[in-house]
Order: sequence, then C-alpha cells, then structure tokens
Amino acid sequence: MIRRLLAWLDDRSGVVTWARHALEHPVPRQTGWWYVFGSATFIAFMLQVVTGIALATAYVPSSGDAYDSLRFITEQALLGRFLRGLHYFGASAMVVLIGIHVARVYVMAAYKFPRELNWVSGALLLLLTLALAFTGQLLRWDQTAVWSVIVAAAQAGRMPFVGGDLARFILAGDTVGGTTLSRFFAFHVFFLPGLVFLLVGLHLWLVLKHGISEPPELGNPVDKATYRERYAELLRRDGVPFWPDAAWRDVVFGAGVVSVVALLAVVIGPPALGAPPDPSILEAYPRPDWYFLWYFAVLALTPQHLETVVIILAPLIFGAVLLLVPVFNTGERSVRRRPWAAIVVLLIVFVIATFWVAGQRAPWSPDFNAKPLAAATVRDSSTAVVTGAKLFHDKGCEFCHAIEGQGGKRGPDLTLVASRMSPLEMVGRITNGGPNMPAYVSRLPQEERDAIVAFLATRK
Amino acid sequence: MLGRMDRPPTTQQDLPPPVPAPDDPQLLHRRRFLSRVSIALSTLAAALVGVPVVGFLISPLTRRSPRQWRAVGPVDHFKVGETVSVTFEDASPLPWSGVSARTAAWLRRDSDSAFTAFSVNCTHLGCPVRWFAESKLFLCPCHGGVYNADGSVAAGPPPKPLGRYPARVRAGQVEILTSPIPIA
Repeated sequence: MIRRLLAWLDDRSGVVTWARHALEHPVPRQTGWWYVFGSATFIAFMLQVVTGIALATAYVPSSGDAYDSLRFITEQALLGRFLRGLHYFGASAMVVLIGIHVARVYVMAAYKFPRELNWVSGALLLLLTLALAFTGQLLRWDQTAVWSVIVAAAQAGRMPFVGGDLARFILAGDTVGGTTLSRFFAFHVFFLPGLVFLLVGLHLWLVLKHGISEPPELGNPVDKATYRERYAELLRRDGVPFWPDAAWRDVVFGAGVVSVVALLAVVIGPPALGAPPDPSILEAYPRPDWYFLWYFAVLALTPQHLETVVIILAPLIFGAVLLLVPVFNTGERSVRRRPWAAIVVLLIVFVIATFWVAGQRAPWSPDFNAKPLAAATVRDSSTAVVTGAKLFHDKGCEFCHAIEGQGGKRGPDLTLVASRMSPLEMVGRITNGGPNMPAYVSRLPQEERDAIVAFLATRK
Repeated sequence: MLGRMDRPPTTQQDLPPPVPAPDDPQLLHRRRFLSRVSIALSTLAAALVGVPVVGFLISPLTRRSPRQWRAVGPVDHFKVGETVSVTFEDASPLPWSGVSARTAAWLRRDSDSAFTAFSVNCTHLGCPVRWFAESKLFLCPCHGGVYNADGSVAAGPPPKPLGRYPARVRAGQVEILTSPIPIA
C-alpha cells in the first residue's frame, strides 16, 4: 500500500527518486568525523526554526509588551523556560558549529576548484548567523537589549557620510521607541531566516553537484583541467553512498548536539531577563551575550585614534577577505603545504579567546559596586589614614583603583603604591590626573586630598 | 543500490533539452521580442511591489519626530548646583511603546532661572553615564569614559563632550526639548 503510494508520488513529482539520489549520492570513503560540523550547524538551525516558531506564538513583538510576554513565557507558560533555554543554547551551538565548520573547510582547503561557491554561500551563512545572533539577543527586550541597540546605532553612526542615516535606520527613528523592536523582530524571524533557507538550499545543492570534498592528500594538488575527472574516478573506485555510510556520523553527532543543548536548557536555563527596557533607568551595565563579548573588549581596548577605523573598516575588511578566500582555488590542499592556514585559524581563535577573557573581566569598566575598605585592609588606625581610606571609597577612587583586590581595575592597582611613588608624586597625580584619570584639583579640598595621600603612603 | 553511482544526481536530467534556435529570422525576432516584453513586465511588476516595500523600510530616514518641550518638574524641586536625573517621554510615543518611550537626562540647576540638561548617552558608544556627585564626574559603565561637570571629557575613550538638551523654565516648570539620541 505504502509502496504503491510512494510509486504514485514519485511518478507524479519525482521527489522520491530525487531524495534517494540525494541521500545515496556517492561520497569518498575516507570522510570522517571532521565532516560532521556542516550538518550539525544545519541541525542547530532547524532547532532554532522549530523553537523560534514555538516562542513566536507567545512572544509579543511590541516595545511596550515584549518584556512582559517574555516573563510570561519564562515563568508561566508550560515548558516556556525550557524552550527559551533551547533557543538560547541552540543559538550558541549554531555559532560555535558554523565557526568550526568554516575553520575545517579552510584548513582542508575544500573551497578550492570547483567548490568556490560552496565557500561563498557558506561565508554568507556565517555572516547571517552572526546577524541572527545579534538580533536574537535584542529580542530579549530588557534593559541590556535597549542599550545594545543604542550601542549598535552609535557604532553605525561612526560611518562617514551615511552614519547618521544608518543609526536612524537601526533605531527606526530618533530614539528607541515603539518602532524599534518590531523591525528587529521582522528581521530576526522572517528576513534573515528566509535568506538562510535560500543560501542553505544553494549550499546543499552545490554539495550535491560537486560532491563532498575528499580529504586532502599531500602531493595531489587541485588542477582545474583534471580535478573533476579525478574526483569522479575516486568515487567510481572507492565511493560509498552518503546514506548511511557517511551520514551515520552526522546523525550521531547531530543527536549529541541536540542532547547537549537540551541538557544545558534544563540545567542552566535561559539567560535571565534584566531590568525592564526603560531607557531612563540609568543603573545599567550593558554587556553583549557571550558570542559578542570579545568584540565588546575590542571596542574598549582600541586606541582612541584608531577607533573609527576599527569599527568601520575592520568588519568590511574581514567580510571582503572572507569572501575572497577561494580566489586561490588551485594547488595543494594539504595543510602541510599550507601551514599558514592552520596558523591563521589558531591566531583567530587565540585573538578572540584573549579578547573574550578580557571582556569577561572588563578591567576598563569602573566598579561602581566597590565596597568601603575594611579596617583589616586599612591596617593603620591613625585618624588621617582611616579618614583617607574612607575618602578613597567615597570619592570614587576605588571605582578604578584596587587595594588588595578590592576595587576597580580601570587604573593601576594601588596596593603597594607607596613603594613606587612618593607622597609628593601622589599629590601631583591626584591634582593633575593622567591620561585615563580625571584631574581632581577642583574636586577635592586640600585636606581631603592630604588624607587620601596619608592613606596611600601606608601602602607599601 | 541505484546503479549509476558515478554521476551526482541533478534535477536537470529530468528536464527536456532546450528547443534549438529557429532558422527563420522572423520567428527569432518574435521570440526575442516576447522575452524582452516579458522581462520588462516582470520588472515593472517587481518594482510596483518592491519600491513601496523598500520605501516603507527606510521611512525612518525621512520621518523626523516633531520636537516637544516636556515638563520634568517644578522649579523649586531642584536645588541650585545639584545635578539630578529627570525622566520624560519621547516626542511622539506610539501607543505600544510602553516604558521604552522614556528618556532620561541629567539636569543641573545653575542659578535661580538657568538649567543645564545633559544627554545621558556617552559620546563613545552611547551607554548611559551616571553622575557621581562626590567627585563631580559623569562616569560611563561600558568602557570607562569620564566627563567633567560641564560635560567636557575628563578621561577615557569619549571623543566629544556630553551632548545637551535645550532646557527652559515655563510657568514654574522646568522643560526639556526632546531630541534625537545624539549620534555621530
């Protein structure tokens, strides 16, 4: 019965034959676990589509109501918290997996002839994934999201000539307001996923058309004249059907990804909602989600005179280089002949990790919550020193300077300051300030300044 | 299983081959004409839909909210020399804007009748600065920008002084003129 139905369906549509061809298309036998990250990225994307649709049935994309609808989803709706967790960790998984996939393809030079467009469509998918990650973070419409929109608009505003217009486009007006969120919602749930579907279709079509790249072999460079024939010969000699000979690994790994995401969604749960999206609440400490934390650090650590160049040019150059990778589309694929490929990947991972750790510590942010120094830390009990230690906290010195680990990291640690500065030098620094320190000449009466110096003079 | 393992399957195999070009110049001409008309009509139809859609999407670029004076409190609520945060509604909040239509400013009473209103947006990347009265500084929580009491940069990455809103006193009320977020 089912067989007859399928036969009828295939006769009228051809989809059964097509699906079998697609599933059982021949692939090189030697593909291994390094080949699972593309399909895993796709599985993560489908997870996002399914959980996203479910969340969209309860989410209210209006600037005034989104926050409350998120609280409803998280606190009251059946399985709402779990779904939000799935969507959040699914997004994280997608970012990580597409990153590994790109790195794998780059190191194995699978982008070479004839698969240049596989790379280009994949590179566009990487950029779209980041755009989805950013817009998705904004839909968690709390205080941090509001300030993230403003920070994004401020960055776009640095662009010469069109900066102001771009910023208005992002905010959808003069300020954050009723029009802002619904646009990000439409981009996040319709426009960007639509583009992803189109490009995934193209990407998979190209994978079928050119076949999965064989693992690189030293001394077997890609030559346009012979490659296609050589690949066809390889499949004839040693090809196996994708399903199930190669696909089982994709299934095992993909199921593992979904399980880990589900586990994290249960154990850790979705990111907490911050304060309401009220731009007039100034007790704000905006931080991007983890996948952009490193960029937050880049923005903080870039020297001021390079800032606009870094904000505007760096993403453009990165995008251009990414898309132009397959210009070098022939020659050796083996990483042993292209050691720089491995170096580039390691360097990027290292740089992002370094900035990420810096972003986690955020030493450039003043610590507004620094507590007054305890008597045990102050040690000395003379009036001047005790007064100075209190002023050190009250006047905000401690926002930026730490004593024995307590206080901000914006400025130098002053635990042992007296061993490198004389009291006179301290007076000069406090009075006149420094490159990243405001001058306190008009902010501190002389006796208060002297008390602070008396306290600091004991720090050796 | 399927036999021809050597050839990647493509759907093109299922399509009949294209009809060869005719020898008859008149027929050739007619086909060329028909394809041009079809392309032109499709373009027209696409433009009829596409232009309004794009125009709708970029409308924030041309739409300027009218600026409005908003009362933020009676004059006697503010002490001379003090800097406090005040909250007011944006120029034309939409009914569904909720709390997102609110904006804050740092307001200082300079004298009996003169007020200065500072934008809360750091000129570095727009984060909300806080007034720290003890040291008379505005401090930014994001990247550590610091401003003096007059809004000039004291330290850190901000490239420009803090922006200001026009402020005035009318009928015993301090009023602030709503303004776009100061960017670029």
